[in-house]
Amino acid sequence: MQDKSTYILYTIFTLGICLLGWSIDNSYYLQLLIFIGLNTLLALSLNMLMGYAGQISLGHAAFYGIGAYVTAVLTTTYQVPPLLALPAAVGAAMLIAWIVGMPTLRLSGYYLGMGTLGFGMIVHIVFREWSSVTGGASGFVGIPPLEIGSLSFTSDKAYFFLVWIVVLLVIIMCRRIIDSRVGRALRSIHDGEKAAAAVGVDTRTLKLQVFVLSAGIAALAGFLYAHLIYFISPGTFGFMASIRIVTMVVIGGMASVWGALFGASLLTLLPEWLHAFSEFEMVVYGLILMTVMIFMPRGLTRGLLDIYQRYRKHHDR
Amino acid sequence: MQEILQYLFSGITNGAIYAVIALGFSMLYSSTDLINFAHGEFVMLGALCMVSLSLGMGFSLLPAFFFTVLIVAAAGMIFERLAIRSVRHPEPIVLIIITVGASIFLRGLGMLVWGKDAYSMPQFWDLPPIDIAGARLLPQSIWILLIVTALTVGLQIFYRKTLTGKAMIACAVNKKAAWIVGIPFKWMVLLAFGLATGLGAVAGASIAPITMSSYDMGTMLGLKGFCAAMLGGLGSLWGAILGGFLLGILEAMGVGFVSSGLKDATAFLLLLLVLYVRPQGIIGAADVKRF
Amino acid sequence: MTDNKPLLEIQGIGKAFGGVQALEDVEFHLEKASINGLIGPNGAGKTTLFNVITGIFPPDSGQIRFAGKSIQALEVHERVRTGIARTFQNVELFESMSVLENILVGMYTRTRSGMIESILRLAHTRREEKQARDRAMELLEFVGLQDYAHQKSSDLPFGWQRLVELARALAAEPRLLLLDEPAAGLNISETNQLGDLILEICSRGITILLVEHDMSLTMSISDQIVVLDQGKKIAEGPPRDIQANEAVVEAYLGKGKN
Repeated sequence: MQDKSTYILYTIFTLGICLLGWSIDNSYYLQLLIFIGLNTLLALSLNMLMGYAGQISLGHAAFYGIGAYVTAVLTTTYQVPPLLALPAAVGAAMLIAWIVGMPTLRLSGYYLGMGTLGFGMIVHIVFREWSSVTGGASGFVGIPPLEIGSLSFTSDKAYFFLVWIVVLLVIIMCRRIIDSRVGRALRSIHDGEKAAAAVGVDTRTLKLQVFVLSAGIAALAGFLYAHLIYFISPGTFGFMASIRIVTMVVIGGMASVWGALFGASLLTLLPEWLHAFSEFEMVVYGLILMTVMIFMPRGLTRGLLDIYQRYRKHHDR
Repeated sequence: MQEILQYLFSGITNGAIYAVIALGFSMLYSSTDLINFAHGEFVMLGALCMVSLSLGMGFSLLPAFFFTVLIVAAAGMIFERLAIRSVRHPEPIVLIIITVGASIFLRGLGMLVWGKDAYSMPQFWDLPPIDIAGARLLPQSIWILLIVTALTVGLQIFYRKTLTGKAMIACAVNKKAAWIVGIPFKWMVLLAFGLATGLGAVAGASIAPITMSSYDMGTMLGLKGFCAAMLGGLGSLWGAILGGFLLGILEAMGVGFVSSGLKDATAFLLLLLVLYVRPQGIIGAADVKRF
Repeated sequence: MTDNKPLLEIQGIGKAFGGVQALEDVEFHLEKASINGLIGPNGAGKTTLFNVITGIFPPDSGQIRFAGKSIQALEVHERVRTGIARTFQNVELFESMSVLENILVGMYTRTRSGMIESILRLAHTRREEKQARDRAMELLEFVGLQDYAHQKSSDLPFGWQRLVELARALAAEPRLLLLDEPAAGLNISETNQLGDLILEICSRGITILLVEHDMSLTMSISDQIVVLDQGKKIAEGPPRDIQANEAVVEAYLGKGKN
């Protein structure tokens, strides 16, 4: 069906990565692009849960943090090679998601929001208080760089390519799921949980599956973050971080894979563009969340497009 | 013994505050079916306004308290009018994101206005702590308990005896029917927001003397207030009171006998426990949406 | 074998909401490959009975047996798997999806690929997807909407949305199809087309239970009619007998008339 245009998009995307990677040598810009990649992973992860299956999570940074802390502890404290720590980090997040998801995803609406928020807070408190393992509030230092065999990802350029190849793979994975039997069933839950059950969709199992998948993607981003910065602290994975992920999804437009990329890019670049932003960060975030949700619930890109079309219709008459 | 009593006193004081915050959540939920994730930020506004009015502008206690509640309630009503009422598809997920957005916005605004410093102010009565069996009880705690009692009685009278209160209950039970018999539904929602945020301001203004008030105090207080409301039974007046005191006391005991790191975790562990096991709460007023 | 046993047996079903007895000791059964009308005045408990059969809420008393087995313990989606499909009174399509995708969701219980298969897209997954799409197109052809497969379902006129919902229910390959007021909101020619479709579906061996206010449609296509009034079954039999039944006339027109 849409296979052709999708493959063209993938090709453009890959060419774009190569072009950026080869032409940029400035490490500031490379770092920025790496962060866009990490944020895109987080936005994609929450988008699967919130955009497609319609289940909100206000504690998603917890899984990001679990990915980062598990690899930090394993590779630093226990000197496990990163390649082995990766499945452990992702697996731990998925396992926790599975255990927590079972009771949590039975909830809906506000209760689901509060439940996920509470979970995120508890994980954040564990990072902060369990200092013998996590280093406590002051953080965890000395995480080793990523080395896989003879390949070492210490340069910004190498990390840039690594992160963006992962992003591409995750995008392909998400698109494939969305266009499949399971993906359609997920979207049906979003459109109407009652009707979905009435046509035979096992809503509870599916919601749990997508929650676990989503946790895995977020943990993957956490893994990459830890080996990029070599230092992690609880503040990175708190409530504000969860809200930032929600904002990326909302701005990019729920239920849109490319929207996640857009939302992540915008929210990574915006603070860099506006220098005095840090003071206003929260005010601006709050305003963005409210106005986009009130006036363009389908996201910024589609919202602006709608307004443009309405304007043209008006003008033509 | 003396220790337990001391923990109990601090638990009851905190519990009373949680109860007032929980009342705000519960009354808004029972009249509009909405949970305001920004409620804690209105508590913060209450505390900081109180500090500014009484210390910065030299208002005496009562006028400062009165204007604080008035200003914050007005802010709550403006929020309802500008944000909540403009929503075209008021599904929970949309309203959650909007109220979360509002909470971030207000916190940022608080930081711009008051800066990142924490403020303190003197107690309502400038009296020495009362000594009961070796444990200290702050006079402010008695104030807070008095305020909780007054609010409970006041709300009870409002709902039972006044036409507006009854109309608000009617809207909660059946919007359409309420509209048909001529109750101005939109006005009721606006009023409910004003009352709920006003309650938040009362909580904030009452704790300003016993805590350090800063722009980021609201989130935790709001969440704990919500947890208390859930614990007792969301939508129930007595549930909010019960949940508030229970949370306050459990938290104080947890800090005293287990670990201080447990302080914030207690509320969230209780919250998850309630959501999973008994979402209707101890008293169980609301029918919780569980698929 | 269970060959000449009825497909669905409703045994002494009772259901109360608060103080209102929505269903009281309702009892009847449906023969295989028959069309059955379920009629009664508003509030008679027809939709409640549908919800009990499909498992949306459990009955207070009584039993439901499907193909000889009790389905009491099965959840909503498991009942679809055993062969009970339904449509809704107010049409509940998945609005963000195309017409074809709606039908494909309907095939959920008859296809298998899980999340990991969908990521890997191996040969057998692609084959299954292709077969599902072909089958979905066949179903759309059956209801005459093959040309609108890629339209967004919410863009179709209401009458066509009903047909999409019917096709979606058929996609689950049901043995029993519950239709909740399928003709509501349709014009006369659409209603006639619907009647023909229902007859055609039945001739393929599917049992149909139909709640419908359009009496001429119900009477003309049903083999058997069950009449509910205030939660109780007041009559049962072939259309001709029902039309002559005094209790039924009374329920519809009220006592003491004529």
